[in-house]
Amino acid sequence: MAELTYRQAVAAGIAQEMERDQSVVLLGEDVGAAGHVFKTTVGLFDRFGPTRVRDTPISEQAIVGAAMGAAMTGLRPIVALMYADFLGVCWDMVANEIAKTPYMTNGQISLPLVIQVDNGGGVRMGAQHSQSLENWAMAVPGLKVVAPSNPADVVGLMAAAVRDPDPVLVFHHKALYSNKGIVPDGEYCDELGKARVCREGNAATVVALAAMVPRAMTAAERLASEYGIEVGVVDLRSLVPLDLTTVLGQVRATGRLFTVEENPRLLGWGAELVSIVAEEVFFDLDGPVVRITTPHIPLPAAAALETQAIPSVDRIVDTIYKALG
Amino acid sequence: MTDENVLRTLEDVPRPARSIEPEVRVAIYRRMVSIRLLERRIYDLFLQNLVGGTSHLAIGHEAIGAAFATAMRADDYTFATYRGHGHAVARGASMTGIIAELMGKSNGILGGRGGSMHITSVEHSMMGSYAIIGAHMPIAAGAAWSAQYRGTGQVAVCFFGDGATNIGAFHEALNFAAVWKLPVVYVCENNLYMEYTPIRSVTSVEHPAADRAASYGLKRIVIDGNDPDVVYETATRAIGHAREGSGPMLIEALTYRHGGHSRADPAKYRPDDELRSWLARDPLPMYRARLLADSIAEETLAAVEKEIEATVEQATAEAKAASEPAPEELLKNMWSNGGVSWRN
Repeated sequence: MAELTYRQAVAAGIAQEMERDQSVVLLGEDVGAAGHVFKTTVGLFDRFGPTRVRDTPISEQAIVGAAMGAAMTGLRPIVALMYADFLGVCWDMVANEIAKTPYMTNGQISLPLVIQVDNGGGVRMGAQHSQSLENWAMAVPGLKVVAPSNPADVVGLMAAAVRDPDPVLVFHHKALYSNKGIVPDGEYCDELGKARVCREGNAATVVALAAMVPRAMTAAERLASEYGIEVGVVDLRSLVPLDLTTVLGQVRATGRLFTVEENPRLLGWGAELVSIVAEEVFFDLDGPVVRITTPHIPLPAAAALETQAIPSVDRIVDTIYKALG
Repeated sequence: MTDENVLRTLEDVPRPARSIEPEVRVAIYRRMVSIRLLERRIYDLFLQNLVGGTSHLAIGHEAIGAAFATAMRADDYTFATYRGHGHAVARGASMTGIIAELMGKSNGILGGRGGSMHITSVEHSMMGSYAIIGAHMPIAAGAAWSAQYRGTGQVAVCFFGDGATNIGAFHEALNFAAVWKLPVVYVCENNLYMEYTPIRSVTSVEHPAADRAASYGLKRIVIDGNDPDVVYETATRAIGHAREGSGPMLIEALTYRHGGHSRADPAKYRPDDELRSWLARDPLPMYRARLLADSIAEETLAAVEKEIEATVEQATAEAKAASEPAPEELLKNMWSNGGVSWRN
């Protein structure tokens, strides 16, 4: 078992799949010798060479469009798009072309490709380099969406995404890149569409994603130690497919649901979760569902403001304590 | 491409540099007739209210799709725009499938999921029709990259309209393809109008594609897109250039659509004399007369026409006779496993 940082795990996951399958190729801005702006592709250029690890111009439509054309003709491209915010530049390719073409062609075309983005805030970069955009992708039929919270999941979900026959968007979280974790030895492939119960607890179920998972876990420990309240924590991991077996099972058992979402308030993944809970397990609830989110504002840059905006451990603890109190 | 192939005016039409085999010219003519008769039938079906949605016909553009398809290898990729029926049938896609798709029938080539603007036939290497202007240009570059990576010698040919030359994807794709030396041939079907607006009135240069070529280190090539022999010669050389690893080509082929942009457009904005002069250069009668003058037998051409008329009739009958898609078709084939599920 090796200990890797989250950023090293990105390269490790890609390397594992490139080693296994010659049709896997990587393209993006600065992914080659430079090793990517977040150093998430370090070593890949030296190991796999310039025909498989390709630097591109700053042309997000061309990058993502080329990945689509390559995927429909026998390759399994991985796009490193850099900041998730750049999805805005190529959203036509993602939402109009990639997401729709397999269905529109009645399955004549399939698109085994991965778009990985550097998502999320907490890094003081302002509203155009800090957004949590996984909900954009979740809202478009035809895209699969995952967001790992730890190095092992980075490797396992990358492998699962590369091997999946459909387009998968992988939202890596910028604020987690320095986090360390144990990654299993040998070839490691996880499964899309599986949430993980990180902590058992009978008082409530807290569902979180990506950078909100470690915060939810810390909050749960504090609720236990400071107030004697045991809440369960679920790492959702995958938005599409959505693991409702796990989530609804936990909510039925505890009778309460809290979501911890980095996205702005309106139509975050938690809103969908809450609506499904209301439809399907309403009579198992013992109290209102509560969403803990960033306010519905563009994310500010200043430390004091950004810290206040994104759900913090203190806010999670306070919100849950007051709701359960 | 040498400079003498850069045509400045439509009148400056050369005879082919070398003679094209008669069988090849008949094959081009056959494809032109297929496109023309299919599109006419689609227009008739629209007037009978049997075709829903919109449709963009290639009547007037036939020489480009037909000559390129004839010059392409069976496994070369075609990428087309929403004006794609003709390119699909030129590559061999089923007329029944196309007509049925437009009529919303179960035997549609896309099972009724795509409609007129997305005709695709992967078994004929026709990799799709794309309805967002310019979007398919990077996608074609990607298919060319895949061919380059796999070492198959395939070339991607990407057709687009003059209007696409002012969208970002056009410029991104050309730079990308040039930098990676991709085996892709970009073919601008310049029919002088972007939807209802003259392209010259919204573009900074005279030739919207060719005059941008230099920005990407590409040659400036403008050809008469209504002359099938010129298009075929150009296609053969451009595809050969791409196939041998010399990188992309950009060709601007001048043409004219005989009707409006789409079914909603009566095209009243076009000057009468312009329309008349282009109708006088209708590629079908022009090419037919030339083939006859070059000693290709009337019976040969008549047989082609008769056969395609019969194919169109049969395709129409098969489309009309077919059922509409069954309700359960709705929730199929979003994912590769045939399903659409987003949850467990």
